Amino acid sequence: MGFLDVLLGRTKPVPPKLDDLFALPSAAVTLDAGAGFKPTGSGSVCFRPVEGRSFADVQKDVQDLLDVSSQREGGLPVEVSTDDYGFTWLVSSHMSDELEALVTDLHAVNSSLVDNGFGPQLLCTLVAFRDDKERRLALIYLYKRGTFYPFAPLSGERRNNALELEVKGVIGSDLKWEPDLARWFPVWGAPGL
Amino acid sequence: MAARTRYAPDRGLTVRMTVTMFLLGLVFVAFVAAIIGIGTAYHASSAAIVLFAVVLGGGFAIGSLFYSDKIALATAGAREVSPTESREAARLHAIVDRLCALADMPKPRVAIADTDMPNAFATGRNADHAVICATTGLLRRLENDELEGVLAHEMSHVAHKDVQVMTIASFLAIIAALLVRIAFYGELFGGGGRGRNNNNGNALPIMLILMLVSVVVYAVSFVLIRLLSRYRELSADRSGALLTGQPSALKAALIKVTGDIGRIPTRDLRTAQPLNAFFFAPAMHLSGSGGGLSTIFSTHPSLERRLAELDKVQRQLGQAR
Repeated sequence: MGFLDVLLGRTKPVPPKLDDLFALPSAAVTLDAGAGFKPTGSGSVCFRPVEGRSFADVQKDVQDLLDVSSQREGGLPVEVSTDDYGFTWLVSSHMSDELEALVTDLHAVNSSLVDNGFGPQLLCTLVAFRDDKERRLALIYLYKRGTFYPFAPLSGERRNNALELEVKGVIGSDLKWEPDLARWFPVWGAPGL
Repeated sequence: MAARTRYAPDRGLTVRMTVTMFLLGLVFVAFVAAIIGIGTAYHASSAAIVLFAVVLGGGFAIGSLFYSDKIALATAGAREVSPTESREAARLHAIVDRLCALADMPKPRVAIADTDMPNAFATGRNADHAVICATTGLLRRLENDELEGVLAHEMSHVAHKDVQVMTIASFLAIIAALLVRIAFYGELFGGGGRGRNNNNGNALPIMLILMLVSVVVYAVSFVLIRLLSRYRELSADRSGALLTGQPSALKAALIKVTGDIGRIPTRDLRTAQPLNAFFFAPAMHLSGSGGGLSTIFSTHPSLERRLAELDKVQRQLGQAR
């Protein structure tokens, strides 16, 4: 924020950074090799809906678009859910070896929101992983920062910080990590995880 | 980048705020000119008095800026909470987390004040030292999306650096108020001492003129500061609603909170009075809720005004393109 914005008391909405999302498929390979976590094939985009018709229309268009493309490939339709805090999650499900197709789907959601001027509403995107011991892990991409962080939930709203840090170490510089640990916020019960 | 933005700034509000700040600056310049004028006309002890007031006032302003978070938390009887502490704390943290991620802001500390008066405030000298506080009454009354609206309003105060801006804006009023007092007591007790060396006739008018000028400056800047405060509230409403995309939730919260406030006994409210400027809704009514003088002196715009401005945001967000 510039000096003038402070003086005049206004905030510019933060546009999302989309490009770094495409680093995910190669990082997933490293993660599998180093820690044994495989993608489950599901991922989700989380955004804060705007009230009113025009946002509802955009959201419907996105859903239709993704449904059509997944039907063509014989996949599952897109799931939509709203969490306790009023955020909408669009969950896209693919086969576990189709991470690139998943990322393309997620990117389609991003770009249509951005194209319609709702880019600032994007919160995060989540891609789910699981290992042989059925431990859950998500790599979460923060749109405003253009950075990733790991999230490993345990039962009862606790998180496995050791695993999260291990994953960060294994993947290393393949992803742009969020340096500020205070921003690794938990997403309990996120759909698709 | 999108060609057109739905998040364009409100030009009218920007212009009004600029004019207010310009007038405040003008008063400041006039004040300094008057002081210099008095000083040169009587080349007397007034310079020392003014310097003393500036140093004292500056120290006070800097102190209150640096300790704003601690002072506010102590005054409100609030306590910092961690997300694991209670359900309410977890809920508050989760909402603040999401807002920070949306707005790309560092996460402020989160506090809860144990009072049934529904309110919230944010303070701290900058975004890294910010603390955001909600009362238990607010957490109990509001749904998640309404609470999110209120917290987005408070986060906007942090983003707009309102504590800094208002402290700087109040600086002039602090100095003027100090000068009134110093001049008054100087008149009572110190009029003899140093003044006698010049010519006896001059010692009295210096103090009197200084006091008069200071009173006028204080009165004018007080009204302007209140005006500025109301505009900053409107901008925080606006930025908050744009951030969440839900102006109606903020409207609902405003109606709930301000509707409830009138019913609370005054004994509780008096303790909250010094914090007023940072609260989401003013914790006390001046005299009646009508127009006239009470509107000029209040720190917050009227409910009707705030709802009308949020209607504008709603239209702006919903427009087709």
